[in-house]
Amino acid sequence: MRNLFLAVVVLGFAPWLQVAGAAEEASGPLDWQDWHAGNQVANTDSLQRGARNFVNYCSGCHSIKYLRYSRMAKDLRIPPEQLKTYLLPAGATPADYFQASITPADGVAWFGKEPPDLSLIARSRGPDKVYRFLKTFYLDPSRPTRSNNLVLNNPAMPPVLSDLEGVKAAVFKNKQFDHFVTVSEGQLSPEQFDGFVRDTVNFLDYAGEPAQVDRQSIGVWVVLFLLMFTWIAWLLKKEYWKDIH
Amino acid sequence: MANQDVQYPPGFWGWLNKRMPVQKFLREQLLEYYAPKNFNVWYFFGSLALLVLVMQLFTGIFLTMFYKVGDASAFDSVEYIMREVDYGWLIRYLHTTGASAFFIVVYLHMYRALMYGSYKAPRELLWLFGMFIYLALMAEAFMGYVLPWGNMSYWAAQVIINLFSTIPVIGPGLVEWIRGDYGVADATVDRFFALHVVAIPLVLLLLVALHLVALRQVGSNNPEGIEIKGNLDADGKPLDGIPFHPYYTVKDVFGIGVFLTLFAIVAFFVPTFGNLFMEEANFEPANPLSTPEPIAPSWYFTPYYAILRAVPNQRLGALLLLIAVLAFFFLPWLDRSPVKSVRYRGALFRGFLAIFTVSFLSLMYLGLKPATGAYVTAARVAAIGYFSFFLLMPWYSRVDRTKPVPQRLRSHA
Repeated sequence: MRNLFLAVVVLGFAPWLQVAGAAEEASGPLDWQDWHAGNQVANTDSLQRGARNFVNYCSGCHSIKYLRYSRMAKDLRIPPEQLKTYLLPAGATPADYFQASITPADGVAWFGKEPPDLSLIARSRGPDKVYRFLKTFYLDPSRPTRSNNLVLNNPAMPPVLSDLEGVKAAVFKNKQFDHFVTVSEGQLSPEQFDGFVRDTVNFLDYAGEPAQVDRQSIGVWVVLFLLMFTWIAWLLKKEYWKDIH
Repeated sequence: MANQDVQYPPGFWGWLNKRMPVQKFLREQLLEYYAPKNFNVWYFFGSLALLVLVMQLFTGIFLTMFYKVGDASAFDSVEYIMREVDYGWLIRYLHTTGASAFFIVVYLHMYRALMYGSYKAPRELLWLFGMFIYLALMAEAFMGYVLPWGNMSYWAAQVIINLFSTIPVIGPGLVEWIRGDYGVADATVDRFFALHVVAIPLVLLLLVALHLVALRQVGSNNPEGIEIKGNLDADGKPLDGIPFHPYYTVKDVFGIGVFLTLFAIVAFFVPTFGNLFMEEANFEPANPLSTPEPIAPSWYFTPYYAILRAVPNQRLGALLLLIAVLAFFFLPWLDRSPVKSVRYRGALFRGFLAIFTVSFLSLMYLGLKPATGAYVTAARVAAIGYFSFFLLMPWYSRVDRTKPVPQRLRSHA
């Protein structure tokens, strides 16, 4: 009886122990799987830079079909004339949704598949995974795009940020990825490129749920109100229950 | 007729009560309804379940104003609610958080009944109505989960509906009839909308009404498991009872405050609750060509899902899943103990209740994990623990060494 009970307890909790143990790895290979995007969607400056990055480097192929330019301009405090000059594609109006420059058919012809819409990419994959994806392209001459990626093996997407980042090759030990080596320098330093990717991922996080900044700032007041309500309700309960023994 | 002598007060209140027994109803249901004075924290969850039901109906009504049913429009319309409807994100998060909160309070409400023997005579019918509510709630939650038409919606529908195909002879035809198509498709999401929004809420409301009527007839149990109707004063009022109003109404208002505070923290700050209340895969539109890995149902179904996957034979697994859910219905007749509350039961019942608790929580965790290796082995052990609680109950509840139950309630919370 007691043994059965113990077996249930031990086996029930074994998976937790396993997970806790796996985190203890010896230092050696690059820990890219532990990288975090560290998004701050309340940082409007970062979001503005991210929007600029997206328009310059992503929107050629990728749309954000659920986000209107005007909504973004309002949330990110981008003045209308700047929106028009720097961010709106030719022929688009502020009320339009973020569109890609190429057509889906072009995407299929050039890359073998339609480049996905990125409205919800930070929600469906998590911002950390998007960040790791953009940071782990490496040289792979066997691929049509001459590049590969640690997060998404054999991606259809070419290394569009290599002008900025430079080109890096991956070193494998026993068929396991170990670290990157620089093949050629890019226009940005590693720190600058990291900031570039973080801003971009931050913007995609915002695009996944534009209401999230509002949500948190309203939430603070709602919770404060409820705490006060609960405290008064407690006093009322105590008063009524004084005479119950 | 006694009513002829009744003097109604002048004015609207008298006019109303002459035509409808409003005052009589309130008096009988609140002021003269006596509840045991020793309710503890476990007794908040009934009123909280009622609160969540009302919240779900309210937020659900607003969601239906903007949701567009159909496989081509459902996903887009949910994002439209999240982005373009004023406070649409709030309404949706309250509804998704509410779904999980509903199961949290209902599971705690049911666990309270297990601990204090609230399913035992004379409350068998009360328990059965509660279990039917639980079944209806599971159907409601499952169909609601399909409506956003994300990829997990699609694959959850695929997996759950396919369980019916394991029924001999009629299975395959039945599955087609449920889906309305050869696969999960437009017809499926349309009918699930009708059932989620109209049919099951009506059933739920009826069952909740019956649950409350049955409760008013037999009265609440309490942590001591002592019937307060056994000790009446000269006026026929229970000595250990207190009027529901104002005592438990003010206490429940406090409970509602605590609950809503926690609820708001989740809805406003962590609405996805680490992939548990809303899953990442469901932010991708339904895609029959891309299976999420692993397919995990919502956390409140995972104990049963883990049992299903622990069995190599799918038909047997589905049967065990069904038994695992239905076993609760038989508790009033499986339990042979002379006492109700765990406080006066012996080591055997306490031990089996502990096994059940650990097994249920383990299965809940394992159902979220891939069905491989050690996870499956652990799920099998936990499933044995789960079923032993029910199957061995007629034995251990009878031979268990119970303590003598006092005549009167000792304490109040």
